[in-house]
Amino acid sequence: MSLKSPAPPAPAPEAPYRAPRRVGFSQTLSRWDVKVSPYLYISPFFILFAVTGLFPLVYTAVVSLHQWTLLGGQGDFVGFQNYIDVFNQPNFWKSLRNTFSIFLFSSVPQVVVAIAIAALLDQNLRARTFWRMGVLLPYVVAPVAVGLIFGRLFADQSGLINAWLGAIGIDPVKWHVDVIPSHIAIASMVNFRWTGYNALIFLAAMQAVPRELYEAAIIDGAGRMRQFFSVTVPQIRSTIIFIIITSTIGGLQIFDEPRVYDEYGTGGADKQWLTTTLYLYDLGWGTQANFGRAAAVAWLLFIVIIAIGLVNFAITRRISSGDAPKMTRNQRRAYARANAARRNR
Amino acid sequence: MRTTSRKFIAATAGAASIALLATACSTGGGGGNAEETTDPNAKITLTVATFNDFGYTDELLAEYTKLHPNITVKQTKAAKSDDARQNLTTKIAAGGAGLADIEAIENDWLVELLQVSDKFLDLKDPAVDGRWPDWKNAAATSTDGRLIGYGTDIGPEGICYRTDLFEKAGLPTDRAEVAELIGGDSATWDSYFDAGKKFVDETGIAWFDSAGALWQGMVNQVEYPYENEDGSVKPLADNTEIHDLYNKVLEASVDDKLSAGLAQWEQDWTAAFTQDKFATMLCPAWMTGPIKQNAGDAGQGKWDVADVFPGGGGNWGGSWLTVPASGKNTAAAKELAAWLTAPEQQIKAFENAGTFPSQIEAQKSQTLLDSKNEYFNDAPVGQIFSNRAAAITVSSFRGPNYFKIGQTITDALRRVDVDKSQDAAAGWDQAVKDFNALGL
Repeated sequence: MSLKSPAPPAPAPEAPYRAPRRVGFSQTLSRWDVKVSPYLYISPFFILFAVTGLFPLVYTAVVSLHQWTLLGGQGDFVGFQNYIDVFNQPNFWKSLRNTFSIFLFSSVPQVVVAIAIAALLDQNLRARTFWRMGVLLPYVVAPVAVGLIFGRLFADQSGLINAWLGAIGIDPVKWHVDVIPSHIAIASMVNFRWTGYNALIFLAAMQAVPRELYEAAIIDGAGRMRQFFSVTVPQIRSTIIFIIITSTIGGLQIFDEPRVYDEYGTGGADKQWLTTTLYLYDLGWGTQANFGRAAAVAWLLFIVIIAIGLVNFAITRRISSGDAPKMTRNQRRAYARANAARRNR
Repeated sequence: MRTTSRKFIAATAGAASIALLATACSTGGGGGNAEETTDPNAKITLTVATFNDFGYTDELLAEYTKLHPNITVKQTKAAKSDDARQNLTTKIAAGGAGLADIEAIENDWLVELLQVSDKFLDLKDPAVDGRWPDWKNAAATSTDGRLIGYGTDIGPEGICYRTDLFEKAGLPTDRAEVAELIGGDSATWDSYFDAGKKFVDETGIAWFDSAGALWQGMVNQVEYPYENEDGSVKPLADNTEIHDLYNKVLEASVDDKLSAGLAQWEQDWTAAFTQDKFATMLCPAWMTGPIKQNAGDAGQGKWDVADVFPGGGGNWGGSWLTVPASGKNTAAAKELAAWLTAPEQQIKAFENAGTFPSQIEAQKSQTLLDSKNEYFNDAPVGQIFSNRAAAITVSSFRGPNYFKIGQTITDALRRVDVDKSQDAAAGWDQAVKDFNALGL
């Protein structure tokens, strides 16, 4: 680091008027290089983000403050009227309820099961690659295809699931009528698709856990369960947080599965499984064709996701700061090595 | 209702796609307007954007070039009507750039397009006066009197019924006698329901598939269902005409147990065709396709079509050809649209793709009248549906809020008839609440 930005050299005694100017210019260049280049290198991402992320965000905010229809385009400026209209529609609140409910039914079991599968895959299995690819297979299936297949399985009268339930003496469940069963059915589609994917990420994290920790735990007399809870889980904590955050964002934006859950795609006759994104779509492109209100919902959803993101962030910080004093031996060693290297520099 | 009709398209597309694959070579996506011109003999290319299968084959389009050597016609086909709708609405919203010279549209998007009728050429022309029944033209005419589309096909409704179940109930199975049983020429919804009660008493099997499907037929006979002539909204709470119809259909469906309680196009509905779940259904001309598809080979000969419809005639679905005003050769495009929708061409389209023609002249053509449907006991479907088309008198007014309001009622019908989570009164109360929440 210090090589590139030397302290200004003492003025050379000979030819003081020519050389410094030349050196000065290339020096300026190289200083620019040092200062500006890193930003240039990462700028493509931010330029792309500004074009594809920031601009739509701002434009959506503008749309949400106007009357704006699908075909007619921009109308009068109406201030926050669209937001008020949305708040006054009971379907908006229903959609929030459904979104959170489906999110809980999907994310919680998903993370728990994914960790369990990852722990199993982390054992010495035969045909390891086969099993690992196996759990990823559902992820390859397109969500709409998953929705169509599950829609048939969960059909109220002619569905396979109700036939199975009937075979063991349970009354058929009204999957397309009652609120909670419909959420469970939709969550099961999400879980089908994402559990294996998350399991593989957990598996990658688990394999980075130093094996000597387990050896030490075994010597201390820890059983398999104890090893899992006292070594594996603390070691992959940051991965767990990553998965929770990504599945939160995904869970709040869930669209494909409820859209194809029935043939109408409007979230059920009583809006039992209308999620917020589905509601947004229905406002903008469905019967209401009202882009203004749809944009208002988009912004409200954005704010909700940010709020939940902040909650996630706060919890994450608490966990990681709570983690600091309890450094593992390995981390301590690495920390010491890094410090030593820094001093030697 | 918009979605149901989309599903119909999807379903018929399945049946039609084989024919489509066989006959239609891709015409490519390019084309567009060659050059701006006023010279009638300048060489131009006209593009026609359709969806599914309108029955416009390359041979048919080539005939136009023979008549007008300077004009080449290219067709672009969207696989699904929804794709075509997306394309059309997006480009209209963006000012009309990139639209084809002729854009085909479907019954269910007509309402929203009429809101922006100035984006389309007014196709009124003495040359085509009297080509279509009044109700077909009225549907495509905006409040300020502009005709934005030339009609292609329609869906006149009869009653499809199960001959084997009728026999089981000791009812007549011959299609003329069944038409009489339902009420013949003076059939009403009451006479249709009365016949149903007899059937249900005998067999315990439902009379029709779904309250929502019947609603579609009933509300299409109301001249001003949800809105007044000037497009202003009728408050749903005070709309006694609609409330009475709502009560009537639910009384028959739930209290008299005439409905099988299925939601049309749902998995349970599709599966019900292979089981003995219901005996009749309202049957637009195109519905014969989905019935055949859902009932499969085992249903061959069990279905028939009766030349009768409660409350007069009924139409469900249909399409138009429009000329976007932003096109460069609008005059030539209008001429082509008029030619394509002329009875002679529409009969060829019917032969190619089975689209039932909307033109009065075409409905009298011998080719059409002679057509039979093997699957439906060789029923003379051409003759039957021509009669049904002639019986249609009312075109239900569809203003800008038609589908929004309709949705609140079809949702209520589903809650009561299919979900059984509410009774008729509670369903109506919630429909009124939903209506108020629309903030119209």
